[in-house]
Amino acid sequence: MDTSEDVLQPLSPDLVRGSETARPAKAARLSPSFISWLQAGPMMLVFLAFFLIPLVFVVIVSFWDYNEYQLLPAFSGRGYTDTFEGCLAQLPDLCTIVRTYLKTLKFCFLVWAITLFIGFWVAYFLAFHIKSKTWQMGLSLLCTIPFWTSNVIRMIAWIPLLGRNGLVNSGLMKTGLIYQPVEWLLFSEFSVVLALVHLFTFFMVVPIFNSMVRIDKSLIEAAYDAGATGLQTLVNVIIPLAKPGIVIGSIFVITIVMGDFITIGVMGGQQIAAAGKIIETRVNALQFPAAAANAVILLVITFLIITMMSRIVDIKKEL
Amino acid sequence: MKEGRPRSFYVLAIFFTAYVLFLYGPMIAIYVLSFQGPQGGLTFPMNGVSTFWIAKLFQGTGIVDLGASFRRSLLLGLVVMVVTVVLSVAAGMAFRRKFKAQSILFYSAIASLIVPSIITSLGISLEFRIVDDLIKAHWNENFETSMGLLTSGLGAHLTWTLPFGLLIMFAIFNRFDPRLEEAARDLGATPWQAFRHVVLPIILPSVIGIGLFGFTLSWDELARSSQAIGAVNTLPLDLQGLTTTVTNPDIYALGTVISAVSFTVITLALGTIHVLNKRQAAKGSDAGQGLV
Repeated sequence: MDTSEDVLQPLSPDLVRGSETARPAKAARLSPSFISWLQAGPMMLVFLAFFLIPLVFVVIVSFWDYNEYQLLPAFSGRGYTDTFEGCLAQLPDLCTIVRTYLKTLKFCFLVWAITLFIGFWVAYFLAFHIKSKTWQMGLSLLCTIPFWTSNVIRMIAWIPLLGRNGLVNSGLMKTGLIYQPVEWLLFSEFSVVLALVHLFTFFMVVPIFNSMVRIDKSLIEAAYDAGATGLQTLVNVIIPLAKPGIVIGSIFVITIVMGDFITIGVMGGQQIAAAGKIIETRVNALQFPAAAANAVILLVITFLIITMMSRIVDIKKEL
Repeated sequence: MKEGRPRSFYVLAIFFTAYVLFLYGPMIAIYVLSFQGPQGGLTFPMNGVSTFWIAKLFQGTGIVDLGASFRRSLLLGLVVMVVTVVLSVAAGMAFRRKFKAQSILFYSAIASLIVPSIITSLGISLEFRIVDDLIKAHWNENFETSMGLLTSGLGAHLTWTLPFGLLIMFAIFNRFDPRLEEAARDLGATPWQAFRHVVLPIILPSVIGIGLFGFTLSWDELARSSQAIGAVNTLPLDLQGLTTTVTNPDIYALGTVISAVSFTVITLALGTIHVLNKRQAAKGSDAGQGLV
């Protein structure tokens, strides 16, 4: 007995750790941590070169000086002061730049609220009312496909419907509800919100659906058996359990709308500015530090919203 | 549970149908309108039916050279697809065991997904500008720019497609049974053989899914291309340029053609995934049966 235990003792850690260490020859050639680096390294390099370093450059350049022709690598707060030029003097009236940020936040909130409402009930229907897995797959695919086509096309698709001579206007005129075309349907705040909801509800449906299908159906049965009404089950069982999906979807929608300037530009008839648009305008005027400063401001606002959101739930744990 | 369907089912079914109509209605409208007759305008009613506007696209009469940007978008999409698949599968494999810097990579991917595109785009353009300035100052005064479709443009698109690829890999390996791989190893397979003959065939349908995401996300990408792609235009950029001057149904025709490419890729990918799943079900279903 003693001897056999002695023999097993040095072997057992290897057996537990698995085959990598059980084969010393292989382990000597390529260590597991080296293989991991080899596998994950390329993706890390892409993020380093095209995301992390550019982000650092945005922050650095936002503190550079500039003139009409070039960037001047010297510390300066001009990017920021130019952005808010004249804002203090104008008080108590809000200056254009502050109004633009507030408008972006307003779009953000409206789109978030609407996509959350639609996304929640669409996901709820798919997760709880569709029993067959095939149907569930098919119907979710149906919701996913438009996401795979160009956003610009989905934006301009509203023109024949909402335009002055569009389907909605001509339909309303034919029924005699109105006598002249409604003008605010297209190139207005209404059409901006409509298009944003149309484009991005997908980002709300998918995460909420994902957390809903994971809910154990017996919990809902248990709630009913314990005498809960439908509403009580919804509020006390389903919503708390679907919260991770709701938060992830919300973060997606909010960050997309915060940075969006293309939808707001196209659907607003280039009349409504957004935070992202300020950046584009500054770039076109070759005022890179000012563009970078606005990017930093936008990033900070977005980051604050996300931090508030992720306090509610640990995102990494839920993936 | 109660017999039959509750009333909430019907209410939500109507809600769902309305949502699907809302999703597809406008798109269908422009697909139909792209077949306007030569005299047709931007809105209904149809003024004859023809392929006039689609043909006009391919004649290349417009202000922009759509043929060239079509080829550019296609090339970029294919390169992005291949790179996304290779890097995502590799990184996904890495995440199956613990390694240093794994949380850095994870948070980079998530951050890249949620930092507004315009900021990433601006950052890449600043980075390349600074590199250009350095090259001009130190090596070659006549150097033009290192920005381009397959440098800054490719990088910008990868920051959008790779996070999706990585998340799909997480989802795959969440339900992957590592015992299959161990069995292969016990039978004497090298790590590469185990990957090539055991892991890859099992994950292949989802890998095709990653390719599908890679191509279509790049094909339709706009915000990240806007600052980072250099002097050339992709198809979505041209399309966006056209929206400000839109007077003819040719913009709808362009939309229809772009969508047609997207839908072809989606259909091909889904068809392949379906065939692979069928094959897996037919050939792999009895694995391990009769042993326990």
